Amino acid sequence: MTVQHKPQAARAVQVPAPMAMLAELTHRCPLSCPYCSNPVELTRKEAELPTEAWLDAFRQAADLGVLQVHLSGGEPAARRDLTELIAGARDAGLYVNLITSAIGVTRKRLEAFDAAGLDHIQLSLQGTNPEMADMIGGYRGGYERKMQAAAWIKELGIPLTLNTVLHRKNLHQLPRAIDMAVEMGARRIEVAIVQFHGWALRSRAALMPTLEQAEEASRVVAEARKRLKGVLVLDYVPADYHTATPKRCMGGWGMTGLNIAPDGQVLPCHAAQTIPHLTFDRITERPLRDIWYDGAAFNAYRGDDWMQEPCRSCDLKTKDFGGCRCQAMALAGDAAATDPTCAKSPLNAAVRAQAAEDQQGDGALVYRAFEDATKVPFGTG
Amino acid sequence: MTPVLPRGVRLHHDRVRDRWVLLAPERVIDLDPIGHAILSEIDGASAVGEITDRLAVKYDAPVEQIGGDVREYLAGLADRRFLDMVP
Repeated sequence: MTVQHKPQAARAVQVPAPMAMLAELTHRCPLSCPYCSNPVELTRKEAELPTEAWLDAFRQAADLGVLQVHLSGGEPAARRDLTELIAGARDAGLYVNLITSAIGVTRKRLEAFDAAGLDHIQLSLQGTNPEMADMIGGYRGGYERKMQAAAWIKELGIPLTLNTVLHRKNLHQLPRAIDMAVEMGARRIEVAIVQFHGWALRSRAALMPTLEQAEEASRVVAEARKRLKGVLVLDYVPADYHTATPKRCMGGWGMTGLNIAPDGQVLPCHAAQTIPHLTFDRITERPLRDIWYDGAAFNAYRGDDWMQEPCRSCDLKTKDFGGCRCQAMALAGDAAATDPTCAKSPLNAAVRAQAAEDQQGDGALVYRAFEDATKVPFGTG
Repeated sequence: MTPVLPRGVRLHHDRVRDRWVLLAPERVIDLDPIGHAILSEIDGASAVGEITDRLAVKYDAPVEQIGGDVREYLAGLADRRFLDMVP
């Protein structure tokens, strides 16, 4: 089977087969975290792909070269067919990772996931105590239910990574979060400083970490990596508004992974729908192989033909790929611009000034919600 | 010490790229023939010494040299939590 594939349009870029797929099974979720990575326009249950379409997507992905599938959401456990989807993904030959808040997941269901062949769980942590976690998630009692689920995961021996998103309100809890990961038996913790896309942009003044916090987080992570070598692996996403280098665009746009949205739209990344000129194919309408190699959205920012200065002549262009396309769209109004969090961007001074202003503010949290949602998370109104 | 692949870490043949990989949380580790040979000997029961002896015979190489390579390789995986070393 050929791995290198030349797209139909004449291109200089050799496109490798994808390694990973993020399957966003649903946008439904008991939590309303203000930094949710879902798009601002959420997809309703009625528009979600049926079981059979997901199972077919898993088989197509494996045939294409995908090795790992990440079942995500929203809250993937909101899908009643989750056990069937786990089993189907395993049958397709994929490594199956579940990204969950675990709120409302019973022990019986966890046992069923385990029996279906689930390889690994990533458990989200909004805070290290009920006051913080429930305030961020907008769900009273959520923390206690999550801790119960974490205990079951440990009892069942399902491999665990703890996922934390940190921002100005909870960054002081990082040391405790690292300790909790060890106590839960996790082998890994993801320490991500909040990224400002979609929902999070609306709460930027409430979430922007201070420069001191961003530096302290880097110190804490470096110290923990040494102290916990062989016990806990730390993956760290630093605060990009405060560093001179932008966050790299994955392994390059359309080069390592793909994302399927709840309604079947196939995206190069979870935020790609924020780039308004892109159009996305649907898994129900076109073979995944064609979408990956020849889809317009996937080819939009492959290689470097699209790059402008200062990226074009920059040595780092093959390392960070000009930074995040979606962030360039959000901050520069042009998805082909240099990510404005890069020191070389003409907009960088303005971004840093904005960050300095945001961290002084005490803006309110804007929780994610369906457009006509009647649920008002406590703490907001 | 007995090396054991913990749950969540699996040796896998990547049929599309025709290579062996180690699948772990959020990671795919590309295995060269030596890495594959070492990991193929891990059965949850054999100690590092026994694995070294078998590889030395199989590849007709000095035990001392193989032993160093095996220990270094396994330690690298253990540091990244892809492998447990059970006393």
